[in-house]
This record gives sequence, structure tokens and C-alpha cells, in this order.
Amino acid sequence: MDFLNYAFMQRALLAAVLVGITAPAVGIYLVQRRQALMGDGIGHVAMTGVGLGFLLSTSPVWMATAVSVLGAIVMELIRWYGRTRGDIALAMLFYGGMAGGVMLINLAPGGSNANLMSYLFGSLSTVSESDVTAICLLAAFVLLVTLGLRRQLFAVSQDEEFARVTGLPVRALNLLTAITAAVTVTVAMRVVGLLLVSALMVVPVAAAQQLSRSFAATFAIAVAIGVTVTIGGTITSYYQYVPPGATIVLLTIAAFIALSVLATPLARRRARAAAARRPAGDPAECAIPATRGAADEVGV
Amino acid sequence: MSGEPVIALRGVTAELGSRPVLRGIDLTVHRGEVVALLGANGSGKSTAIRTIIGQVPASGGEIALFGTPRRTFRDWSRIGYVPQRTTAAGGVPATVTEVVSAGRLSRTRFGLFRKADHAAVRHALGLVGMADRAKDSVEALSGGQHQRVLIARALVAEPELLIMDEPMAGVDLASQEILAQTLREQVERGITVLLVLHELGPLEPLIDRAVVLRDGCVLHDGPPPRALGQHALPGHDHVHPHDEHTPLRTGLLS
Repeated sequence: MDFLNYAFMQRALLAAVLVGITAPAVGIYLVQRRQALMGDGIGHVAMTGVGLGFLLSTSPVWMATAVSVLGAIVMELIRWYGRTRGDIALAMLFYGGMAGGVMLINLAPGGSNANLMSYLFGSLSTVSESDVTAICLLAAFVLLVTLGLRRQLFAVSQDEEFARVTGLPVRALNLLTAITAAVTVTVAMRVVGLLLVSALMVVPVAAAQQLSRSFAATFAIAVAIGVTVTIGGTITSYYQYVPPGATIVLLTIAAFIALSVLATPLARRRARAAAARRPAGDPAECAIPATRGAADEVGV
Repeated sequence: MSGEPVIALRGVTAELGSRPVLRGIDLTVHRGEVVALLGANGSGKSTAIRTIIGQVPASGGEIALFGTPRRTFRDWSRIGYVPQRTTAAGGVPATVTEVVSAGRLSRTRFGLFRKADHAAVRHALGLVGMADRAKDSVEALSGGQHQRVLIARALVAEPELLIMDEPMAGVDLASQEILAQTLREQVERGITVLLVLHELGPLEPLIDRAVVLRDGCVLHDGPPPRALGQHALPGHDHVHPHDEHTPLRTGLLS
């Protein structure tokens, strides 16, 4: 455990754990509303923010937060008003954001695409004190929203139309989800990089689903997987000199595969337990009745 | 106040895209009434309901709920809504309890659940005969069971008005009977019901009044029409769609 003696490793681990918690916590709502790739889109938009940060010599983290929040709001507005051509508009936003980032960073004095690399793929060992402060603040916001409003966000993500009739402010909650996702992207930017952020938002949730039947359990397992892989990836990269971002993402995918393999016997056991609970007159297997019942009548 | 109609629509028009779907609908539902909205596909039944709840904006006319204009209506816990089953499908597993709990939010402050709220969820599941499936994933349910869960979700806020969009679509006969029984109990308790139906089916004895729409206009408003020919035979399970353009709805979630 000698890595704990280094200040840079302490900062790296803290940042990694916070990302491991927040990314799946937001990702679960995106997966629930079938917008799994939204995080990827915001990641692309955030690149313009990073470029802008370099150009204006301000903090790239805060600038990326501002621009990706703006991008997320625009994406949400497109979803409301332009349902039919939404995918095209989103594509323009994604690639516009990426091209904007590359352009701005080259315009910045002394800037080159090499500066972008640490934001694209993460640079955990260079996380600074001020980065840690920013990450802590942003992570606190994300947790407050995703845990504090979990019932409301669940209702809106599960069935928007129904949520409206329960009087929930559906549009405000949708916007809040988008903003929270944008904040999470910038939290995770230093750890896994903008291009790999979405993996940490989506894959732990997909992996957790292999085991769980409820939303609450999916949430808990996804966060547990997120924390495990971010800590595991960070420590592995310390000993093996491999890039932490890529290590974390590959570990997440390995967790998904392992849980998928485990899930098959688990599902079988659950099916057997369900069959055992069934009353005697209700066999699990299909039985062909001797005579046709009223329910068999099919109109023409 | 009790004389106020629960739902009052006057000259309501609505468009989807640029196509007029409702062309001046008048509809009044009084307290304790069970009103069925009937009509062919594309006649505007579902749009009418979605205009009432505010999912589709009305371009003209007046809508009032419990005597309050819809725009200023905030008392949502008085309304229970059962959407067409296709709208309720999430990408993450959820249990029956979790889905039904979402319906209770209109009765909570800031989404905080008290003991009474948890009890209401259990009670609503009991009403539709799904108490033993409370912890099961909704994805493991049949079409009819899923429909019962959605009705429990609407009833859990103890509403005075129940609005249902095709509650019997893709539901097997056995589940239809259970749904009809649940509805009968609610009607006996004095609940007001507005529901979109494709055909009257097992709900026929409950329905006080039928409103038939055609091309976005009210064609008939009065006693439910009698079924004719083979459709009137007892036990006739009417499963084929009325319109060749309608895809058959399966009982699956998504």
C-alpha cells in the first residue's frame, strides 16, 4: 500500500472514487430513459469548453463544465421541439463540439492538439489540488440530485406522460438530469477522459442489470461496480504503468462480461424458486387442455 | 361545488404536427359517471385524453378539471391516469412496487414517503390482485398483469377521477375480467371514470354513457351503442383490430 504515501496518488484515488460513484448514479437515469449515449455526446461538446479554457487561459475544468451544461440544455431543447430531426441536430452538436475544441486549442497561444490528449483520455496522475476541489464540489451536487430526487427522476425517466399527470415539473426535471449528466462528464474528464466518460456511466448499469430485478438494487450494484473498477484501475496503473482511464474502462467491461456469465445460473435458480412458489394447480409447463375454453375463442 | 362537472371540454381543437386531430370537441363528465370514448383509429380518442391531461396542447377551446381551468389546475392527486401500455417501458429493471410508488408522488412532499404512503402502495397492489408480485420485476409480467400494475399506479394516489387510455388493449380475457372487477369496486366507491375503449367488452355493464368520435368530432353522446351480429354473442373475444393500418399490440413491455 506504499502508493498511499504519495500525494498525487491520494488525489488520484479520491478523484477516481468520486467518479466511480457519480458516473453510474447519473448514468442509470440516462439508461432508463434510453439515452445511454447522451454522456458521449456531452463529452464531445465539453471539448469546446476545454479549448475555450486554453484560449482564455482560464481553468479548463470550469470552462468545460459551463460549455457542457450549455450543450446538455441545447440537447434537451432539441428533444422537446425537434423530435423528428433530433438525431441529425444531435450529430451536429457532437461533431461541432469536437471540431470546435480542436480549432480553439490550436488558436490558443502555445496550444496544440497534444494538450487535448490528457482531456480526451484522462490524466489521473496530474490531478491538482484545485482539480480535486472542483471535483468534490461537482460530485456533491451530482449526488444531491441523483439521490435526493431519486423518486422524481425515476418517475420521469420511467414514464414521462404519467409523471406529468402526477404534477411533477417534467421539463425542469429533464433539464436537471441533462445538467447533472453534463457536470458528471466534467467530473470524470480528468479520470477517464472525455471519450471514455460514457463507458463509466453506462457499462456499470448494464452490468448491474445482469443481477438485479429492482431499480434500487441496480443503482446500488452499479455504484459498487463503479467504485471497484475506478479504485482497481487506478492501483493497477500505478504498478503496471498502463493508462488509468483505459484500464478502468476495460475493467468495467470485464465486470460486465463476468456478471453476464454469472447471471445465467442465477436466473435459472430464480425460475426454479418461482416454480416452487407456484400453487399445485398452476404448472410452470404448458399443459394442453382437453377441451377448448372461452379464452381460446378467437374472433375473425 | 359538487354540481361542477369533473371534466368539461368546450370546442376543444388540437393539432398533431399540422394535421387537425380534434376539431371542436364538447365533452362533459359529471361526478360518479363512467364515460367511454369510442371511435375508430385516428378518430382522436387518445388525443382527446392527452389534451385533457396536458400532454398534447389544445390549440383552441376551453378545458376545465373539477371546475378549474386546466392551465391553473394543480390538484393532480385527484386524477389517476392509465396511459397506453406502450409508453411505460424503462431501460432499467424496476419492481412492481417501485412502479406503483411513482403514482404516489402527487400525495407526497418533495417525494418523501411516510408510512401511510407505503401502506397505500400495498393497498393499491391488493386492489388489482398483484400483492404477491410486489417484488417481481415488471419485465417478468404478462400483458394483463402489467396493465393491472399500471392501474394500481393510478389508484395509489386515491384519485377521484380515473382516466384510462385503452386499458383492455392486448389484455387476455381472464385479466380483462379482473380489471373489470377492480373498476366495478372503484365505481361503487364513487370514482368518476373516463376511458378510451376499442369495444365495450366486459366493461359494458359499467358504462353510463358513450361518446363516439369520428374525424375529431363528436358523433354520438348518449347511451352505449349495442353490439351487433357476431360481436354481440356472449364470450366473443374481440381481438382483431378495426383498422388494417393498426399493428396488433402484443402483451410485451417494449
